[in-house]
Amino acid sequence: MSALLDIKGLDVSFPTRRGTTYAVRDVSLTLKPGEILGLVGESGAGKSTVGNAIVNLLEPPGEITAGEIMFQGMNLRDQDAEAMRNIRGQKIGMIFQDPQTSLNPLMTIGAQLVETIMKTTQVFGSAAINKAIDLLNSVGIDQAEARLKSYPHQFSGGMRQRVVIALALAGDPDLVIADEPTTALDVSIQAQILELIKSLCRERKMGVIIVTHDIGVIANIADRVSVMYNGAMVETGDVRQILTDPQHEYTKSLIAAVPRGDMKVHRFTSVDYIEGGAQTHRRIDLDRHWLGEKLGQQPSPTAISVDALNKTFVLKKAFLKRNRVYLQAVNNVSLSIKTGESFGLVGESGSGKSTVARLIAGLYNVDGGSIKLFDQEVANKRTGKDVIDARRNLQMIFQDPYSSLNARIRVQDIVAEPIRFYKTASSESEVKQIVRDLLDHVGLGSAAMLKYPHEFSGGQRQRISIARALASRPKILICDEPTSALDVSVQAHILNLLKDLQDELGLTMLFISHDLPVIRQMCDRVAVMRHGEICEIASTETLFNAPQHPYSKHLLELMPSMEDFGKTG
Amino acid sequence: MKVTQPMFFFIFRRLAQSVLVMAVVSAISFSLFNFVGDPVNNMVGQDATREQRLEIREQLGLDDPVLTQYTRFIGNVLRGDFGISYRIKRPVSTLILERLPATLELVFVSAIIALIVGIGLGVYTGIRRHSWISRSVMAVSLIGVSLPTFIIGIALIYLFAVHLRWLPSSGRSGVLELGGWKTSLLSLEGWRAIVLPAITLSLFQLTMILRLVRAEMLEVMRSDYIKFARARGLSDRAIHFVHALRNTLVPVITVIGLNIGGLIAYSVITETVFQWPGTGLMFIQAVDFVDVPIMAAYLIFVALLFVVINLIVDILYFVVDPRIRLGGT
Repeated sequence: MSALLDIKGLDVSFPTRRGTTYAVRDVSLTLKPGEILGLVGESGAGKSTVGNAIVNLLEPPGEITAGEIMFQGMNLRDQDAEAMRNIRGQKIGMIFQDPQTSLNPLMTIGAQLVETIMKTTQVFGSAAINKAIDLLNSVGIDQAEARLKSYPHQFSGGMRQRVVIALALAGDPDLVIADEPTTALDVSIQAQILELIKSLCRERKMGVIIVTHDIGVIANIADRVSVMYNGAMVETGDVRQILTDPQHEYTKSLIAAVPRGDMKVHRFTSVDYIEGGAQTHRRIDLDRHWLGEKLGQQPSPTAISVDALNKTFVLKKAFLKRNRVYLQAVNNVSLSIKTGESFGLVGESGSGKSTVARLIAGLYNVDGGSIKLFDQEVANKRTGKDVIDARRNLQMIFQDPYSSLNARIRVQDIVAEPIRFYKTASSESEVKQIVRDLLDHVGLGSAAMLKYPHEFSGGQRQRISIARALASRPKILICDEPTSALDVSVQAHILNLLKDLQDELGLTMLFISHDLPVIRQMCDRVAVMRHGEICEIASTETLFNAPQHPYSKHLLELMPSMEDFGKTG
Repeated sequence: MKVTQPMFFFIFRRLAQSVLVMAVVSAISFSLFNFVGDPVNNMVGQDATREQRLEIREQLGLDDPVLTQYTRFIGNVLRGDFGISYRIKRPVSTLILERLPATLELVFVSAIIALIVGIGLGVYTGIRRHSWISRSVMAVSLIGVSLPTFIIGIALIYLFAVHLRWLPSSGRSGVLELGGWKTSLLSLEGWRAIVLPAITLSLFQLTMILRLVRAEMLEVMRSDYIKFARARGLSDRAIHFVHALRNTLVPVITVIGLNIGGLIAYSVITETVFQWPGTGLMFIQAVDFVDVPIMAAYLIFVALLFVVINLIVDILYFVVDPRIRLGGT
């Protein structure tokens, strides 16, 4: 069978003031009808740019400067704007990452479908409506006819992504480019969407390019894989071969960096290829340093003790009480975390795991129940020396490294703020010295002090957040999805740092994640949450080897795994 | 459009707020009577005797307690009775109704100019933001934002009325009676007279709308659903005018609503510059002569217009944005 898509020597460049930067350099790939090609790489690798270049939707000033894109025997680079518009939708469909934002919020999904069907297939009137219903049925949306009148905000994330897929398929395309189609979705929804894409590909004999950073997704769905690094294609091959026997150094380190779900290893394999060799940075001698000082008496053996915690949010306000709509975000949650323990909280979005963390941290008021930090009751309390001391012992690291640092404050002041606030250093020069040491210790280097947060990458920002948390000399760290916004290689570094810090400082850690392999590597005990309730609390090894609760079993089954390919290492 | 339950409650709440606003405004305008000079002085001659003055006070009810006077004032206002102008000696409500068509037509024509030109140019400059037309429009629009209305008005009079002699410099002409409404929009003469004041009045609002629509358009054109619409092969026209424009309108509607209120407020200046016989000119003349009943009535009248326009804007929100209309899932 001849190739559906054949790209040779593609260059995409972005002219800037300081010369031209190449987002994509000399990329070649081929795709047969009915085949799924995974395009994998970390952020900035140029993988999305390849997808956009194929349909000529590059963000200006980006442009294709060399190479040819042969699609069904014609060179897409020779097509004018009108011809490309017809190819988009009719021949090539696209699916984007975030279903929350890729649908027009002001139009019903029926209107968006019918509009697209009329444009791409020249089917009008009731025939177009029937086709819209068929499409919704084929992507697994129930009561399709009634749902045509719904607006995007009336669908859940997974359902919206199904609508997006229906829209991409409206013109019966021969090629579908899916750009991170499941990144914004929960694992169980992710599995459904991948299954849907796979079966549609087989049924319709479409070629599919899946652009993703997630090797687990690739392992699940792709026939062949192309690995991109820094704009270039480093390796292409059969999915089994790439995952089990990668040839290129980058591919090897990328695969090694993916946390394993099947067994616990002491440390994450660090990906030195990516960050340019092992970073050498000064670490401080904790026995003699401010950070390692033993404060006060021997702490209680229980760090966090939560009893019958409840939290309800009002979803819809109304004057009359009976008309209000509530969400029981946290329902009778009890757990206790031993001093020095790593405790994992796992669940899908909306399960209430972040709410529990925020309740413990005092960011939300509780509706009922008690929270004790080292035997000090802190629920809904803000004042009193004991309460403030207990709260100082607990610090949080947030998910989004971009919005959790104040963009207008220098790094040194971000880190110094807790020290100044709690007056734990005797002079301003000592504060500066401590900040310098902290930044060194988290692997940033003291040169970072005078910079602003926007000058750093996501991983470096997360290091700043960690330094800031350490600056109040906490005994408990709450990490709320600390690495889910980061690339795998960076994730490995950050998780290793957290592990080291925990060993050195004897920190107690509450680690929240939706990512089971990460939980397995990081935690001693795990609680599985669903709909605001705890399903199961067990030691990590017990949970992963012999889950008791049906929901835990369900989650473990969905865990994307490369182990099926007999990964070695 | 089906009126949904949240919409009903929302409008009900807004109506209650409007009543409160009107009560406060009426109190302020009532207080004018007591604090802006002694009305009796304005009504009688210099040589009136003390007895005559007292008699007039008695007739006007100025000796009653303040609360009684206020209640009487509110009662009269609700019946459409704003009292009698001190200067012209005719009922204020009749005066306002006579002058109202001129102002409303002026505001209507300016609003149409501001909306059509403002949204049109806003969309254009938002889509083709690097073309030289867009750049010149943006440069010229600075003038509209920064120059005060009266200077623009005088400049337009100088250019088109004095220098080129194309259009009349002031006044309203070509007025026809149409079922009790005196309109100047049915004759060429009338249109010639309204063009300059309407352009003057609209210029500030036009540039505001233009800049706002452009900024919103740039924002929306970057959004994922526009990219996805392109990826589905939709035509540029459908993308710009069906997908993008409607999404830009949500915030634009608020500002436009407030600005149409602003048109009425600014019409005081424009009407003065062009000697346009509307309520604004009447108000300025009333201020000159401390004609308190007209001032008080004008205050209430403008507040009522603002309240009504804001209510319409709030309802438009429901029409445009289904997320507000239907609530979340």
